[in-house]
Amino acid sequence: MTTLEGFLIALAKTVVIFLGVVNVAALMTLAERKFSAWMQYRIGPNRVGPYGLLQPLADGVKFIFKEELTPAGANRFMFRAAPILAALPSMMTIAVIPFAPDIVIGGKNFGALTIADLDIGILYILALGGLAIYGVILGGWASNSKYSLLGSLRASAQMISYELTLILTILSVVVMSGSLNLREIVEAQSDITRWNAWNVHAMPQFVAFVLFVVATFAETNRHPFDFSECEPELVGGFHTEYSAMKWAMFYIGEYSAMTVMAALTVVLFLGGWSVPFWPDAPWYVGLAAMLAKTGCFLFLFLWVRWTLPRFRFDQLMRLGWKVFLPLALLNLVVTGAVVSLR
Amino acid sequence: MSTVQRTGVDDETRTKRTFEYAPGVVDRDDPLHGELLELNMGPQHPATHGVLRIQVLLDGENMVKVEPDVGYLHRGKEKTCESLGWRKFFVHTDRLDYLQPLMNNCAYALALEQLGGIQVPERGQTIRVLLMELSRIMAHLIYLGTTSIDLGAVTMFFFTFSEREKIYALLDAYTGHRMNNTYIRIGGVYADVEEHAEREIRAWLAQFPRKIDEFETMLTGNRIWYDRNRNVGILTPQMCKDWSLTGPNLRASGVEWDLRKQQPYSGYEHYEFEVPVGTIGDCYDRYAVRIEEMRQSVRLAEQALDRLARTRGAEFLADDRRYVLPPKSTVHTSMEELIHQFKIVTDMSLPKGEAYHAVEASKGELGFFVASDGTSHPLRCHIRAPGLMNVQAIPVLAEGRLFSDMVSIIGSLDFVMGEVDR
Repeated sequence: MTTLEGFLIALAKTVVIFLGVVNVAALMTLAERKFSAWMQYRIGPNRVGPYGLLQPLADGVKFIFKEELTPAGANRFMFRAAPILAALPSMMTIAVIPFAPDIVIGGKNFGALTIADLDIGILYILALGGLAIYGVILGGWASNSKYSLLGSLRASAQMISYELTLILTILSVVVMSGSLNLREIVEAQSDITRWNAWNVHAMPQFVAFVLFVVATFAETNRHPFDFSECEPELVGGFHTEYSAMKWAMFYIGEYSAMTVMAALTVVLFLGGWSVPFWPDAPWYVGLAAMLAKTGCFLFLFLWVRWTLPRFRFDQLMRLGWKVFLPLALLNLVVTGAVVSLR
Repeated sequence: MSTVQRTGVDDETRTKRTFEYAPGVVDRDDPLHGELLELNMGPQHPATHGVLRIQVLLDGENMVKVEPDVGYLHRGKEKTCESLGWRKFFVHTDRLDYLQPLMNNCAYALALEQLGGIQVPERGQTIRVLLMELSRIMAHLIYLGTTSIDLGAVTMFFFTFSEREKIYALLDAYTGHRMNNTYIRIGGVYADVEEHAEREIRAWLAQFPRKIDEFETMLTGNRIWYDRNRNVGILTPQMCKDWSLTGPNLRASGVEWDLRKQQPYSGYEHYEFEVPVGTIGDCYDRYAVRIEEMRQSVRLAEQALDRLARTRGAEFLADDRRYVLPPKSTVHTSMEELIHQFKIVTDMSLPKGEAYHAVEASKGELGFFVASDGTSHPLRCHIRAPGLMNVQAIPVLAEGRLFSDMVSIIGSLDFVMGEVDR
């Protein structure tokens, strides 16, 4: 394989995955409105395109043409930087998520469907995930609004406390698979006959799985942990003062973070692209399996949002520090003990 | 926080004023002392249920001082009553607590009937009971929906509103209006309930308890809902007395006080129903009491329908030509009836004196005090709106608690600004 060929393959993968995630994020806004409508005896958007499928496009056009307001006394530079900082990290994390095994077309192997097959993929995700908080903090602080400030304070406290649980649960999985590379983690799970196959399916990491899923809700600021927005008290939370495309950037960030987190859950706990009882499934079946599993978790995000009431801030913190963190630690210790004793 | 630039008020003035509000909370001699945040909730705020403005002084997430500010929806209803005259004010009572217009109509009519010594026929009373109980269900559904949406359970809002919408459709078919019905008249009601309307209301009542079960499945056993409401905003019976809270808020504190039982009107003494009471008087108890009240209202409405079936064809409007308009058909043919009609429409007067009548409305004791000097216009009309008392309880419950509890407290106290500001 020549250098040019390798470059072109990498470029193609980047374009496919990046456009894929942006489109999924856009479609998620539609899905959110459609699913919530169905749960609430409503119809949902159905004017633009068949079944309202072009609604995200119409929304995008609307956002672009809306007037951008900057509140008096706002820190203009930070105010503009915050939406970008909020949207970028989640889009960047998608780079290491493997979506399909080695793509083989016409006997030629193009490698796994992932932008970067990093050996420290997990670290990369955690590092960038930690950066996402800056958009929220700065957005709330730069708005010069009390509601925004309170919202961003809450969000930052929450995201930081749940990141710990998130990291510890991921560590348990890393201990099980013995690798920080996401592709290798998937491959370690793919053999259904082995004891750690499908970290959840075979149950050894069930606790970690539950903790991880709950922590992803907190990490992505989704209901029932959406304190940063919390519209009854804080009007719109950190993005109260945002309008037009800047506001939309926060949402793109939120939805792509959801997509990444859903994909990560599948990769870490549900065997990524592996199909049960079909170990040598072709790559396109694997890709479909991966997308289907991710879709289930994306639906979970919506389902929970439109069903449950919201936690109170201190209850969430108590849950995070007093329940989830000890549980995650215990789980890590037990996992480590079991793995080393085997 | 001090780096946030503000316009208008300079830092020194603001700090001074803030400390006047809550002396002693922040130790200013401490070089590391923090600052209190003065937050203005409303009048345009999603959680204040209308145009209530609440000034909150925050110490981090804790509310140090809470001050509700009412009056943004003040339309001078009491004065309007004095200038419009007795009959024309009915249409304005609809706009008080606009979630239960028929209840307001009834309360006003009962006060006037007490003043004029007018007897309402049994069928008229039964129709009123039916309408009042439907109003109570409607108002409680709004309470449930808005409180849920405040606490984040957005879907509940649509569940309750779809049920309320069905009652609106029934009322539309029966009274001619969805909202603002103005259906109650002095001496009875405007028109009789038709048989098909009775059937439809009965059919709706039959399926409604299942819907309440559904609501409860969503909320009652929900751990998050429980945590958000349990031990939040506790009202003791003494506090209720001090702040003259009535209705579900009082009953949630364990006091069995329901005007329908204690001072029965419109024949409530002939109906079988329970008065649910709470135990400790927190937001969760208030929620539970209202849920049970809806079930009891269904019982009451069904009994009222049974009575309506028995008294079909009977009089529903008092036959008193001093206050009750004659039927239109006779106005065109009879000289006396025409004179009656003319007199009532132009200057119907009530005897000299004072009267106060209260009903158990969805939010508490809704009373009308009317004073007459014997003319066609009231000397004074005072409305005892339970919502105003409920608003007054906000600081008592909210101060010292977390800011998030504000929405639980506002929601559970349940008030409507149309009634509070009048």
